[in-house]
Amino acid sequence: MSDRPLACSTTFARTSGMIERLFRGSKVTRKKYYQEFPPTVDWQWMLVLGVIIGSFVSAKFSGEFRLSWIPLLWQEVAGDNRLIRWFVALVGGIIMGVGARWAGGCTSGHGISGTLQLAVSSWLAAISFFVSGIATAMFIFRVIFK
Amino acid sequence: MLQAIHSKKSLQLFIGLVIGIAFGFLLQKGGATRYDIIIGQLLLKDFTVVKIILSAVATGMIGVHILKGLGLARMHIKAGSLGSSVIGGLIFGVGFGILGYCPGTAAGAAGQGFLDALFGGMVGMLIGAGLFASIYPKLAEGILKKGYFGELTLPNLLRVNRWVVIVTAAFVLVALLLWIEKAGL
Repeated sequence: MSDRPLACSTTFARTSGMIERLFRGSKVTRKKYYQEFPPTVDWQWMLVLGVIIGSFVSAKFSGEFRLSWIPLLWQEVAGDNRLIRWFVALVGGIIMGVGARWAGGCTSGHGISGTLQLAVSSWLAAISFFVSGIATAMFIFRVIFK
Repeated sequence: MLQAIHSKKSLQLFIGLVIGIAFGFLLQKGGATRYDIIIGQLLLKDFTVVKIILSAVATGMIGVHILKGLGLARMHIKAGSLGSSVIGGLIFGVGFGILGYCPGTAAGAAGQGFLDALFGGMVGMLIGAGLFASIYPKLAEGILKKGYFGELTLPNLLRVNRWVVIVTAAFVLVALLLWIEKAGL
């Protein structure tokens, strides 16, 4: 129907470009990256917006919607300091944002859409996501918070 | 008919929104928008995420190749290289393990009320994507081109008919799913 793969992370790159353009004007769009991925609202941008709405609706229906800063598992090992959780999440987000653009996709774009189309790039990326994700989570929960 | 749909921009945006809502709804229902579930997966204690991905890949793989056979869908194979797919994938995984959400599930987690996903994860990804755009010109002709193999698919790589790969992969994925269920994970 859409002639497009289901994917999320390019949206963050486009939005980042849109925000930078707000502050620095149209010269931002001359950057090499934004010439290849123009900072505009596209099909995928609407998809990510839809994910937020869909999850909200689902959580509301099942009574699971609740504003919170600290996930349970995190609280168990690291306590309930909001600033620490926010900072760690921010750092994780920055690294993941760089990695997603570096690999050209994320868990949905490579991990689901790409692997099911049997793309070699996607199988390599998806395996790398999980190998490194498992190693990192094990290090945090088994070594740092032991 | 399909081409007429593909060329209408506002209709495309609307379809994107509708598919996104369905995707977000299902991710939340499945539990994949929760930090605890995702970290549980990375610690190999809870296999919810792997079950969602394996079943989506197994059904989607068969479905999309049937549609392709009927001329109703086109493939979008991402070109890749070892420097891009593997190095980028390893960097992504470090962030994934630290944050506890991936880009799509962070959006879903934000929708469900997790403020660490909204103000930490999603803001961080915007910064990370912006950083990458700044260093992109330096990487583009260097590491991202290392071991370049282009828009290669597994059937092309193995030089076999695509259905050989599809049937084998589907068999392995379903066997893995059954094994996970049987092991009670």
